[in-house]
Amino acid sequence: MKVRIAVLMFPGSNCDLDTVHVLKEVMKVKTDLVWHNHFKERDYDGVILPGGFAFGDYLRAGIIAAHSPAIDEARIMLKDGRPVIGICNGFQILTEAQFLPGALLQNDSLKFICKWVNLVVENNKTVLSNKMKKGEVIDIPIAHGEGRFFTDDIKELEENNQIVFRYADEEGNVTDASNPNGSLGNIAGVCNLEQNCIGLMPHPERASEAIISPKGTTHGRLFFESVIEYITKRL
Amino acid sequence: MDESEFIIEVSLENKPAARDPVAETIKRDLIAKKGYDMISNVRSGQYLRINLLAKSENEAKEIVTNMCNDLRIFNPVTQNLTVLNVKKL
Repeated sequence: MKVRIAVLMFPGSNCDLDTVHVLKEVMKVKTDLVWHNHFKERDYDGVILPGGFAFGDYLRAGIIAAHSPAIDEARIMLKDGRPVIGICNGFQILTEAQFLPGALLQNDSLKFICKWVNLVVENNKTVLSNKMKKGEVIDIPIAHGEGRFFTDDIKELEENNQIVFRYADEEGNVTDASNPNGSLGNIAGVCNLEQNCIGLMPHPERASEAIISPKGTTHGRLFFESVIEYITKRL
Repeated sequence: MDESEFIIEVSLENKPAARDPVAETIKRDLIAKKGYDMISNVRSGQYLRINLLAKSENEAKEIVTNMCNDLRIFNPVTQNLTVLNVKKL
């Protein structure tokens, strides 16, 4: 397969190797782990910013990494339609870099939350969700302290179809009880207007192999399959 | 004009529309429980103290405010920045 994906490593990234493992060993895609200062967009068809605590989350989660030269490279990919994906801390970085709308605030419980949740797919036309059905329920874990999505204009996101995933119950109902962190509108993932850049708090790389899934699901693969499908169609 | 050293103190706090669970917890679980009923609101935030060289107080304030905007020291989506104090050393 010709698809080449970069997974960036910032000082403090800690889901980078898991993401590389799933892409290489489960999805069988050529994947490189790239130190953020060495990243060159010309070598890749897509880039993933993994979870972790880039630069120790100092000042605010994601803000220092948002000034990395890797973000300038990723901006070139963003503009020519290649996938730019942020998972968890990667999502925080992409909002701070203003690739994506909104911001991620401290969970309303003030606690770091690590548990399996359900998402409902709201937009299945994006680079990360084209292998899913609208309304499909996704079984996936979250692990974050700052995941409370906030925006001052949720209406605009809804009108532009930029809300990709929401936290939901097992039937896909978006309820207060299924909102793990106080996110506005239960929002778990959003995209840019062009739908080639997505950030989400849940971890697809932790939900791609049955052996580590409490229910034996592998819904995380759908995210990576979507990215690969999108890239393959472009090549 | 010669440059002097200034200290500028700034605070970053969540906008009123963005909930502040740290302050809510301090108020609900400490202040209110200990009988300080006269306290009606608490907001938490971050505090930065910045030393710099500038020609005047106004210039010092302008440099720091522009820097905070340029580098997104505060996130304009969720936070307000307030210059608390400017002091010439």
